[in-house]
Amino acid sequence: MIIRNGNLTRSSRQDAPGDRPRARLPRLGILALLLATLGGAITGCSPIEPWVKPYEREHFADPIMAFNRDPVSSVYREHVFESREGARGATGGVGGGCGCN
Amino acid sequence: MQLSGLQRRLDAALRRHAGTLLALCLCVAPAIAGVLPEDRTDLLYHRYQGGGVTVQGPSLLIQKKLTDNLALTANYYEDMISSASIDVKLAASPYKETRKQKSVGLEYLHGKSTYSAGLINSVEPDYRANTSYYSISQDMFGDLTTFTMTYKRGWDKVLKDGKVNGRIENVPFPDEPGVPNPGGLSQDADHRGYTIGLSQILTRSLIMMVNYEVLTDQGYLQSPYREILYLDPTQGSGFSKADQIYPNTRTSNAASMEAKYYLPYRAALTGQYRYYQDTWGIRAHTLEFGYTQPAWKRLILDGSVRYYTQNAANFYSDIFPRANFQNFEARDRELAAFNSYSAGIGASWEFPKPPVPWINRSTFTMRLDHLFINYKDFRNALLVDPAAGIKPGQEPLYKLNANIFQAFLSVWF
Repeated sequence: MIIRNGNLTRSSRQDAPGDRPRARLPRLGILALLLATLGGAITGCSPIEPWVKPYEREHFADPIMAFNRDPVSSVYREHVFESREGARGATGGVGGGCGCN
Repeated sequence: MQLSGLQRRLDAALRRHAGTLLALCLCVAPAIAGVLPEDRTDLLYHRYQGGGVTVQGPSLLIQKKLTDNLALTANYYEDMISSASIDVKLAASPYKETRKQKSVGLEYLHGKSTYSAGLINSVEPDYRANTSYYSISQDMFGDLTTFTMTYKRGWDKVLKDGKVNGRIENVPFPDEPGVPNPGGLSQDADHRGYTIGLSQILTRSLIMMVNYEVLTDQGYLQSPYREILYLDPTQGSGFSKADQIYPNTRTSNAASMEAKYYLPYRAALTGQYRYYQDTWGIRAHTLEFGYTQPAWKRLILDGSVRYYTQNAANFYSDIFPRANFQNFEARDRELAAFNSYSAGIGASWEFPKPPVPWINRSTFTMRLDHLFINYKDFRNALLVDPAAGIKPGQEPLYKLNANIFQAFLSVWF
């Protein structure tokens, strides 16, 4: 099996007669075990340490960094586009976007 | 039927859907959870002008914390529409109408979680829409990550206006293909939406957000006014008109990514991309870049450019070869293939703090966007003139130029 675009797919080589697909499974299992061990070692089974400390986030407190600085305006602007285009959804803030038709 | 002169509200057909639920953006939890919205009031005047259509009106938004962990959001929005668009000119007469939308939402903050719920109601003479939504946001990993899930549900009543004894009022739907409830005064359309989103602080100056949204619709999804064209040699114009027939279901998927970067000299760059596809065969790409630059002490300047492209729906055609050519038939411009370009500028001025204790801050903002749409397979059928050698299908492609203006006063208290 190979992973392509996030999906498990059957490789052409695996379908070939005489191939031994099971031979790769232990290797994948060992790799997964190594990654899990490595992950555990890095995190030390403790909460992930924030790599940007709270005192380093002053830029995100600046209004110019807000995803939706003026909701009343950005909603109207999206409304104009969505009523003239076929696409819809997944715009603006998380969970926002047009829902109907 | 005496409806031909009243086949109006063509441009409102899609606007009403979008308007109803775009209010969700106002109410659903923001990207950064764990913080309730600021106490704030915005009073907006908006105006859209282009393609023979003028839409203008006010919008009032109030966000207010009721307690330390409960906030209320309320919005009133109005569209006053005056339309003589190409669609209206082709099949009807100019019209005026008003759409009013009210929404209210609550956000409850509990630890690192934010729970939101709300209702939206939109009313116009021939359309009623009610929507509810529910959302949960959770901060994780030292508040660098916010994960959000949203569910929304909409119930619409589609009505059709006609002239009865000289007065415009709701009339029964005829017995036609694509009309599930012939003879009824209204048709139903139900909508469901599922969204997951993630915002992530990547560095001290870079934050990004990804969203994925699935929307499903069921019921009467077409405009009862718009019509298709088909070739008809018996007519002097060379074409005739017939009602559109839409499928009764639609499912769409949209995925977007947005990144914002803080420049060293206090300015911000924004980039956004969205991919969209649905079961009607539409695929669309949206790309937008923005730049924000504070100037002097009290001014913030904004600029943005946006590009959008889509292909046509499977059942769209500018003109069909004959009547009843296929099961589903549409000629809505929104389902045609086109490219759209827009550019906008904005300026926001912060007033000096007034000697009023309850006002923390106040700004006045103006923004102007220009929109240009270049249709690839939607032609200006008003220019068909067989006598002059312009047969149906040979007339020029339609282009839309529009200006979008906003001015609003914001007060933080």
